[in-house]
Amino acid sequence: MKNGALITTSGLVKQYPVGRGHFTALRDIDLIIERGEFTGLVGPSGSGKTTLLNIIGALDFPTSGSAVVLGTDTTKLTHKTAARLRTEHIGFIFQTYNLLPVYTVFENVELPLLLLGMDQGRRKQAVMDSLEWVGLTDKAKSRPAQLSGGESQRVAVARAMVKRPGLVLADEPTANLDVENSHNILKMMVKLNKELETTFLFATHDQKVIDYVRRKITLIDGKVAEDIQTTPKSQ
Amino acid sequence: MTRFLLKGLLRDKNRSLFPIVIVTLGVMVSVLMYTFMLGVIDDMIRSNAKLDTGHVKVMSRAFSEIAQQLPNDLALSGVRGIISGLENNHPEMEWVPRIRFAGLLDIPDENGETRAQGPVIGVAADLLGKDSKEIERLNIETAVIRGRLPENPGEIVISDEFASNLGVEIGEQATLISATSTGSMALQNFRLVGTVKFGVGVLDRNMMIADISDAQYTLDMEDGASEILGFFPNLVYDEIEADRVADSFNEGVENPEDDFSPLMFTLRQQQGLGEYLDMTYLRIWIILGSFFFVMSMVLWNAGLMSGIRRFGEIGVRLAIGESKAHVYSSLLIESILVGIAGSMIGTAIGLGFSYYLQEVGWDISGMMEGTNMVMADVMRARITPESYYIGFFPGLFATFLGSAISGIAVFRRRTAQLFKELEA
Ligand SMILES: Nc1ncnc2c1ncn2[C@@H]1O[C@H](COP(=O)(O)OP(=O)(O)OP(=O)(O)O)[C@@H](O)[C@H]1O
Ligand SMILES: [Mg+2]
Repeated sequence: MKNGALITTSGLVKQYPVGRGHFTALRDIDLIIERGEFTGLVGPSGSGKTTLLNIIGALDFPTSGSAVVLGTDTTKLTHKTAARLRTEHIGFIFQTYNLLPVYTVFENVELPLLLLGMDQGRRKQAVMDSLEWVGLTDKAKSRPAQLSGGESQRVAVARAMVKRPGLVLADEPTANLDVENSHNILKMMVKLNKELETTFLFATHDQKVIDYVRRKITLIDGKVAEDIQTTPKSQ
Repeated sequence: MTRFLLKGLLRDKNRSLFPIVIVTLGVMVSVLMYTFMLGVIDDMIRSNAKLDTGHVKVMSRAFSEIAQQLPNDLALSGVRGIISGLENNHPEMEWVPRIRFAGLLDIPDENGETRAQGPVIGVAADLLGKDSKEIERLNIETAVIRGRLPENPGEIVISDEFASNLGVEIGEQATLISATSTGSMALQNFRLVGTVKFGVGVLDRNMMIADISDAQYTLDMEDGASEILGFFPNLVYDEIEADRVADSFNEGVENPEDDFSPLMFTLRQQQGLGEYLDMTYLRIWIILGSFFFVMSMVLWNAGLMSGIRRFGEIGVRLAIGESKAHVYSSLLIESILVGIAGSMIGTAIGLGFSYYLQEVGWDISGMMEGTNMVMADVMRARITPESYYIGFFPGLFATFLGSAISGIAVFRRRTAQLFKELEA
């Protein structure tokens, strides 16, 4: 899988049943995303960005077509194998932070490693490294309720990154952040992208995010309307 | 991972404390209801045993067949011998003779002419014996309305209502007209020293209570009795033991076909009490069953609610890569832990209350004032071995079932859908 395709979708169609008929959220998506990309999916609300991310992340299945992620055809996965693909290779960042409120920052970030069955020593090291990336080592023992929105989102990023996944799928990661925090997080992601060669795929409306990406795919009505390389305005 | 899940369980009161409290309450009430109902049955059995059936009862074969007619011509004889035999074989039990008889009670005027007269049902027991517990057993002391208990030969008490109907006063004479065991007429004067009321219809209508020696003399039943009652220690009926005692006694009877041969019957074998008890137990189980059902619905709903509340958490865990089966089994394990904890605490508290009710009882005589119910002025519970685990059915099972079913909702939803809900 050299420096080649990390994600390949071909003829991807997603239809949702609506009443008697159905609504087509994605039509014929053919995309290749390569390892190490820092790419934004943009487009108006309802254009299918989240749907596409969910399919790539094996949280949802396409109606037809295929999505090959890290060499695995996600349309052929069972719940169990899909879960394993996510555990081992994919980090999710959600529009809302979705931290588990009963657990500390440390424990929230630790969860993906527990699922990987990593031993305690390595786990602790990895969690602390990850919290260092996002500048939150001093908040390790805090509960999510004690964090600001920006801090929470940074924890979510740490959680997505802690296992050093090949792919991070981020759905509107800055929607709830102020300008400064948005830039901090995006800068950190760029850094991780460079240092670890992590592939990032964003779904976003946010111009701040768009300013950072190197490739911009525009979806309109479930179709790829534009797919261009851009020069990041911010770094 | 287990530690991780346990931490969540312990820290989130909605997940641990509240469900445990609900389960605890439900189980506690179940246990208490169960032991209390057993206590009520016990009370019923005890009253019946004391007044009438004993825990076991010896009658002659022929008497037993028509016992309702009080056929004292068929009564037991050689009672002292039978009792001493019984006392030898079962020294832990108490054996007492009783005579029940029917007749007329006649109240004479100053000329000896009949002033009032009425049919009477008589019970004769050892009232005067120094060590006799019959007064206590028959609860006569508390039942006295006017006057006092018989203290000397020739003294009787009668139902208060009966006394009013006859217009007879304390201290007056009353003549019993009945039939002797040999079939001739019995006539005997007694002195009325008191009136009683038991709060039980039949007993309060027209009963007289006399000392057994007086009855033996009057009815020509020297060393005879209608029946010999046997009581277990502390008046606790033990069904298995009763069967054993009766069987061994009946095996020892030389001539079982003979009309006058003594035969022993257990409480259950008398007057359809067996079927009555079975019916009562059935009713208890129906009540408990319905209660358990309601309990289960409540617990199940609690499980369902907490499952729904946790869609968000579950969605995140799935997205991070936990498998659905793992999430589901962790929900079930949590529910088992909650169920076990709640059931154990609930059972402990329920048994605690039950124990208090068993040993001390709940004195409702204050509430019963004026109604004169002597049978149960202290309500008691009874703890049986079943009481220790009966609460686990609604507690553990319903909690588990609630989680199992609410968990299925998690399974059936597409993962992406869980997200939509958690993002909302
Ligand atoms: N479960 C569903 N059933 C029916 N229609 C759905 C379902 N989920 C999404 N859709 C529809 O599919 C289309 C694409 O939805 P999607 O969530 O992918 O949009 P989006 O590009 O992420 O929008 P936004 O920018 O507002 O987040 C929308 O029109 C939406 O109404
Ligand atoms: Mg979206």
